[in-house]
Amino acid sequence: MKLTKVLLAAAAATTLSTAAVAGTLDDVRGKGFVQCGVSQGLAGFSNPDEQGNWTGIDVDVCRAVAAAVLGDAGKVKFTPLSAKERFTALQSGEVDVLSRNTTWTLVRDSALGLNFAGVNYYDGQGFMVRKDLGVKSALELDGASVCVNIGTTTELNLSDYFRANSMKFNPVVFEKADEVVAAYDSGRCDVYTTDQSGLAAQRIKLKEPNAHMILPEVISKEPLGPVVRHGDDKWLDTVKWTLYAMVEAEELGVTSKNVDQMKGSSSPNVRRLLGIEGDGGKNLGLSVDWAYNVVKQVGNYGESFERHVGVKTSLGLERGQNALWKDGGLQYAMPVR
Amino acid sequence: MTDETRSHDPGSHPDLPPPASTVGVVGWVRQNLFATPLDVALTVLALYLVYLLVPPVIQWAFIDADWVGDTRDACSREGACWVYIRVWFKQLMYGRYPDGELWRINTAYVLLVAAAIPLFIPGFRWKQWIGLFLLIGYPIIAFFLFVGDTFGLEHVETPLWGGLFLTLVIALVGIVASLPIGVVLALGRRSKMPVVRSICVAFIELWRGVPLITVLFMSSVMFPLFMPEGVNFDKLLRALVGVMLFSAAYMAEVVRGGLQAIPKGQYEAAEALGLSFWKMMGLIVLPQALKLVIPGIVNTFIGLFKDTTLVLIIGLFDFLGMVQLAGTNPDWLGFAVEGYVFVAAGFWVFCFGMSRYSQHLEKKLHTGH
Repeated sequence: MKLTKVLLAAAAATTLSTAAVAGTLDDVRGKGFVQCGVSQGLAGFSNPDEQGNWTGIDVDVCRAVAAAVLGDAGKVKFTPLSAKERFTALQSGEVDVLSRNTTWTLVRDSALGLNFAGVNYYDGQGFMVRKDLGVKSALELDGASVCVNIGTTTELNLSDYFRANSMKFNPVVFEKADEVVAAYDSGRCDVYTTDQSGLAAQRIKLKEPNAHMILPEVISKEPLGPVVRHGDDKWLDTVKWTLYAMVEAEELGVTSKNVDQMKGSSSPNVRRLLGIEGDGGKNLGLSVDWAYNVVKQVGNYGESFERHVGVKTSLGLERGQNALWKDGGLQYAMPVR
Repeated sequence: MTDETRSHDPGSHPDLPPPASTVGVVGWVRQNLFATPLDVALTVLALYLVYLLVPPVIQWAFIDADWVGDTRDACSREGACWVYIRVWFKQLMYGRYPDGELWRINTAYVLLVAAAIPLFIPGFRWKQWIGLFLLIGYPIIAFFLFVGDTFGLEHVETPLWGGLFLTLVIALVGIVASLPIGVVLALGRRSKMPVVRSICVAFIELWRGVPLITVLFMSSVMFPLFMPEGVNFDKLLRALVGVMLFSAAYMAEVVRGGLQAIPKGQYEAAEALGLSFWKMMGLIVLPQALKLVIPGIVNTFIGLFKDTTLVLIIGLFDFLGMVQLAGTNPDWLGFAVEGYVFVAAGFWVFCFGMSRYSQHLEKKLHTGH
């Protein structure tokens, strides 16, 4: 793994000089579409629908970028990437933006030659237990047997958490997620742990999804967000502000349905966001109505969230940490002015 | 003794039928299933296992299964949910290939079957021409049909290819390309020219010494980094070249096994007739050698066909990959078993077909020496 990282970093360093000159924003305008790296299928984040189109909140980020830059959210081509090849694909220029449930970490931000444009989903590791166990908090799990994927940060976080709270646990480890779920479902362990969004997706696969509950504790930080190449500041700004525009639109109450009426709003914030006042678009190198296009065609952050992973979907995730800052969450857009 | 039996002359007694217990179903069962106490025990055990396994599988796959509907709610979850397969069938077969362009793939399928049928008719005259068409003409036609961008066809990018279609593309390209390359490599390895021999040995040992997954990974992850900025080969093309060279190295060793089994006298006789190297190989040695190693060749083909599923790790969605991808749709979570059973059945049909064809070839080419 170390060697791979060194190689990737070296390769990144060599590609940097050339990538910075080219300018992804102009490239994208030239070819007329955004090439977007997504996952190989993660429920609610990027997965195909029955017609074969990609959907999900990660997919919406790419569609929003296309709407902002090209004025058409449909001008995106998707490249499904495995976890291992995702960074190379970005560095080698195969994709323009990587929106693939990627955790923002120091090593990735620095040594791999990448830049994170923001966080579109705050994830974190959680626990699922049977309701009839009567457990209300993870701190009551002393001595429990825990089903977990082997060799992941999930496993390390788990042992850190139990050690920090001086509790004991029996790990029951498996290679694949499906095996872990099957083991948990058949009662081989009391607790199942993985990222909270993953818990919600796996719960649907259980025989009786309603007999299980997700505990409130979140024991790790997994900020997931879109990634671009290091050294291309203009493109970084584009992706970053596209994301902010979606969050800002939700905060201002602008949705894909009312955005046309909102154009006549008297609120200076709304007018600035939608390009009626100020020249935010020009400064970014985009059209004046860039944010209008994003909200009109993709929707604001809340709409995207509810559409793909929210309580009304089969995943049924609460907003939680992903609520707006004024509702006690972490989603906070820098002022658009 | 009755009067009747006495009336036969010595030696002219008509043949009596064999005892009832040694013929027919009863006889077969007694001989093969209940001959010794051990046989009896094994038969009973086997019957018990069949009783344990088969009824629940039939119950799950057919009796309790749900066949009609369009949504997840149509499935009771007591038996198999074949609705899942039906809803995703198009994607499992063709990937994300555009709806309006599916006729291109179907045309290629029909053309392939139509061209292959005469090959199975004994005594059909222009077999070699059809073979040549399948090897050279067909791939070119298929290429233009699938990729498009010429003759007024819409361009369909390879990331949209998937499902069983992609599996067949990778497997057929690997199969068609690996045999000729493999033959050349095998001949090269046995060559007396040191440079040719060392190149072939090095090639074979290098490609055979690494797992296919490494080859694919290298082609997808490392290769783009060595390329200058902006130069990007198609991901599928990279994978195809990797699969091709990898299977050629295996094929070379299979063919070499056949070459070594040909007695030295055959080579000497051919040389005594004044045949050149290529004529000797083409007319005398290779036809015998290849016939000998048909099981080995088909073995490699079947292995290659199943190995194509590894392209999942480089983000291509073959038959198996598409099932896994479909299973991540939030509305269809939890139908992994149905998907895997369907894919397994699909793979079995193709591999069994190849295996039967190889047996047919062996029988046909068996000249009895």
